[in-house]
Amino acid sequence: MPKLTTPISDEEIRSLKAGDTVYLNGIIVTGRDAAHKFMIEHFIKKPVQPDEQELYDDLKELLDGGVIYHCGPVVKTHDDGSYSFVAAGPTTSIREEVYQADVIRHFNLKGVIGKGGMGGNTLKACAEQPAVYLHAIGGAASYIAQSVKEVLGVYKLEFGVPEAMWVIRVEDFPVVVTMDSHGTSLHDTIQAQSKEVLVGLIS
Amino acid sequence: MDYKTLDLTDQFVELIRRAATQLPADMRQGLHQAKGNEAPGSAAEGALDTILLNVDIAEKNSTPICQDTGTPIFEVKYPVGVSTRKLADQIRAAAAAATKNNYLRPNAVDSLTGKNSGDNTGEDFPTMHFHEWDEDAIHVDLLLKGGGCENVSTQYKLPDGDLGAGRDLEGVRRVVLDAVYQAQGRGCGPAVLGVAIGGDRGSGYLKSKQQLFRQLDDTNPDPQLAALEERIFEEANQMGIGPMGFGGNTTALGVKIAAQHRLPASYFVSVAYMCWANRRASMDIQLGGEEVEVSYA
Repeated sequence: MPKLTTPISDEEIRSLKAGDTVYLNGIIVTGRDAAHKFMIEHFIKKPVQPDEQELYDDLKELLDGGVIYHCGPVVKTHDDGSYSFVAAGPTTSIREEVYQADVIRHFNLKGVIGKGGMGGNTLKACAEQPAVYLHAIGGAASYIAQSVKEVLGVYKLEFGVPEAMWVIRVEDFPVVVTMDSHGTSLHDTIQAQSKEVLVGLIS
Repeated sequence: MDYKTLDLTDQFVELIRRAATQLPADMRQGLHQAKGNEAPGSAAEGALDTILLNVDIAEKNSTPICQDTGTPIFEVKYPVGVSTRKLADQIRAAAAAATKNNYLRPNAVDSLTGKNSGDNTGEDFPTMHFHEWDEDAIHVDLLLKGGGCENVSTQYKLPDGDLGAGRDLEGVRRVVLDAVYQAQGRGCGPAVLGVAIGGDRGSGYLKSKQQLFRQLDDTNPDPQLAALEERIFEEANQMGIGPMGFGGNTTALGVKIAAQHRLPASYFVSVAYMCWANRRASMDIQLGGEEVEVSYA
């Protein structure tokens, strides 16, 4: 099976097509509702404030050519203060649609992992950047947690465990490309097909 | 030991652990069957493979099947004389303990401040309903309902002109199929659909959720509803949305419908969309002398 390792090159992204299964490796960052709202309001729409410069610089480096994961994990804190992921499946991505395209462009993201797919703005940003949307298997939280080999750190823990930005190293994290950098969204295709069936069933 | 001094906190923690980490046998069987219906090598088959593997890992390691451990919904049947106030306190204590043990993710957020309480307790959290009954025993059903599928759950007010849905079972069929279409892959299907016909907006949603406690292979005692369940099940699976919305033959694993009385003016159809991780567990408590007899299912 094809593997992808962060940081990911544009060539690798362009070679991916909607429907491909890939195994993701390397360092990625979790971020969901609070994190996306925060990045837009504090870094993208406004100049970075001095007390948040360090966080911004860290994220810039982590996300450049990198991947953000829509995930609110269950996390175990060990006696020595270190963390490990107990359960870590994807959360529904469409809630980030209003933010995602700007975040992809600003941080030079190459991939967004989540579930349920995203909309037209994100698909457009994927084509331009280029980047891809990677669909993890919703609910497969214990399985995916096993591919999280290490928790390297956490930002914005004050958002709560699910909403914090966890920096993790993954090995062979299985995902399906459902939105590629060529303008194809598997979600749009399935939606159109199912609409035809629905119309047939209720007309 | 009597019901007055009974403390079931530990038993509630174990019930939560089982619900969060062990998928019920009928759901597993449904997923296995679904896998056999998908094309070899398809994304749908791959998704079901991963799901089944995940279910095994979660049970073996006693870790949550899904990280979104959802809203815990407790339905408690209790004998005359039991204090539901005490049982509620014990359930809250158990939710906090289960969070500490990582069986539950901290999942209760203050809607005004945005602050996570950190222990799955808060205003009206967890959800609990108490029902007095004639048995000299306590029976508890627990459902963990995740947020992704809750967000695609929905309610229709019939008639619905756009869908050509009138105030009859044909209208119900139309809106439930529309709900499946609207959800696409966002509710982590294949789904179990709990449906309530009638009621008001509140009681309808509650009734629709309560249908999710039913076994996948049970038969509705009402022949009309049984036939409707069967038909919607087959038609939902013709839609091709598939596991995770990847496309495929399995969009629903089950359809469970109940009817309630309604006001003459209202005809609601409430649809509780449940993800494949239909996490339910139950326990029975009986007092035998000094011992508390407990069994889980």
